[in-house]
Amino acid sequence: MNSVETLNAFLTILRKEIGRFTRIWLQTLVSPAIMIALYFVTIGVIIGSRIGEMGGFSFLQWMVPGMVMMSVINNSYSNVLSSFFSVKFQKSIEELLVTPIPHYVILAGWVFGGMTRGIMVAILVAIVSLPFADLHVQNWPLTILVIFLTAMLFSIAGFLNALFAESFDDVSIVPTFILTPLSYLGGIFYSIDMLPEFWRNVSLGNPILYMVNALRHGVLGSSDLSSMNMTVSFALLMIVFFIAVLFIIALWLLNRGKGIRT
Amino acid sequence: MEALTIKNLRKIYEGNLVALKGINLNVEEGDFFALLGPNGAGKTTTIGIISSLVTKTSGEVKVLGIDIDEEHSLAKKQIGVVGQEINFNQFEKVGQIIRNQAGYHGLSFRQSKENAEYFMKRLDIWDRRNDKARTLSGGLKRRIMVAKALVNRPKLLILDEPTAGVDIELRRSLWDFLVETNKELGTTIILTTHYLEEAERLCRNIAIIDKGDIIENSGMQELLARLEKETFAMDLDDPLQKVPQNGDFDFKLKDPKTLIVTVKKGQPLNQVFNFLSEQGIKVLSMRNETGRLEELFISLTESNIDKTSLLDSPVGEKD
Repeated sequence: MNSVETLNAFLTILRKEIGRFTRIWLQTLVSPAIMIALYFVTIGVIIGSRIGEMGGFSFLQWMVPGMVMMSVINNSYSNVLSSFFSVKFQKSIEELLVTPIPHYVILAGWVFGGMTRGIMVAILVAIVSLPFADLHVQNWPLTILVIFLTAMLFSIAGFLNALFAESFDDVSIVPTFILTPLSYLGGIFYSIDMLPEFWRNVSLGNPILYMVNALRHGVLGSSDLSSMNMTVSFALLMIVFFIAVLFIIALWLLNRGKGIRT
Repeated sequence: MEALTIKNLRKIYEGNLVALKGINLNVEEGDFFALLGPNGAGKTTTIGIISSLVTKTSGEVKVLGIDIDEEHSLAKKQIGVVGQEINFNQFEKVGQIIRNQAGYHGLSFRQSKENAEYFMKRLDIWDRRNDKARTLSGGLKRRIMVAKALVNRPKLLILDEPTAGVDIELRRSLWDFLVETNKELGTTIILTTHYLEEAERLCRNIAIIDKGDIIENSGMQELLARLEKETFAMDLDDPLQKVPQNGDFDFKLKDPKTLIVTVKKGQPLNQVFNFLSEQGIKVLSMRNETGRLEELFISLTESNIDKTSLLDSPVGEKD
């Protein structure tokens, strides 16, 4: 395939993916935004008012970047996971496998589809947060970059999960037992400084902690990164490193036909 | 030029299940070719390997002289595949499904739209283009599969049981469409089917695969000429109580007014009629009880062991 044909193929997958989740927008876009709004009301407003300040900000201000990041992670991941698993399950993956489309284009198409949903939900969540928290983004390029990279990372991770999944049970294992615990323990609702030293050290092994705090740094201009002796650049490098590693693994598995060829 | 060349193709699935035992096959460009075999013979595995859905264990496959391993992308550009099962998202609209398939082949949005429109009109599904695919009948879904396979205008079209579960009217119109495609566009067509009448009517050349081996590969007429016996059903004017006895022919009664006769190769039918006439039996009409190809197919696959006794020349040596 030449470059124009490759671009056409990529745009076809992307258009199809965006069409898929926008067709069921109540479920894929509105539902996550409503869930986050409930978090703002129950945890942010009702409980948060008794907690007071965190890191020099109101609890709601502190919480918003974390909730945005949680939305990006969950929606990017689940979009690619459910979409690619469905394609495998109903065998419409064959539509792609019989064409000359390169595997990296298949991967990129699904990843950008997942990223689009993750970013759209992030924008909705940010809009929903406006009545609750007075936010002034301190560093727009950093904020956008962190959201973009995180959406990419978890879209690739969702793709990998879909490649390995052989049943609907397999689809829910990673999100339930790994992703959700890591998200909730990734400093979304609290500052890492509040943890006892043991749990603080354990938390440092959680990659989501760095992503949440990188975004918090972009939005609030302050985060736990400094108390962790980390810089924003290091956090970004870590995300890029994980993207590169997972992308290579996913492409290698695709080339080997893992889960898609007999 | 050969549209498809297969050399020593082997496939061993997990659990040491040997699906293909090193088959050889050539299909000429422009041919309408039948690949027949009982269930589990290796037809779908062969098609899967050609179309990249199945990874081969060893061997060589060339499409229009292009090696599928060395020039993977270029080889796949030449192929259109109609799989055995419906393999598109049935919640999407018909037009969208076909346009997307063109897009996967790298066609521009405009070109995809034009090609999709052309084949939807040719296959009489244009009026249903805005309907979700799941609302269509099984036969119309099959047409979507064919339109999808042709939307990039491939030079080699492979159809794996395209008319399974399709009613007679739709099946015949699909036959007509495939014959036109083969003649007008020069598309080479490889067809697997369980309807042997379909293969006999459409295909010029044939290969029979059984237990992972090609046991026959020849021209359709050449193969049919080797038919050792043929079975006819005769509708009688008066009911018969007893089966007529004759050492030269094998008679059976299907019902009192339908007589089945099996005639060996070289036996003139006149002898049958003369004998029946002598017995005072009046025949109103006559038809093939089973298709000629069906007779051969059963002979070849049932007696894969002593197949040489059924044919003039040994089978399996043509590869």
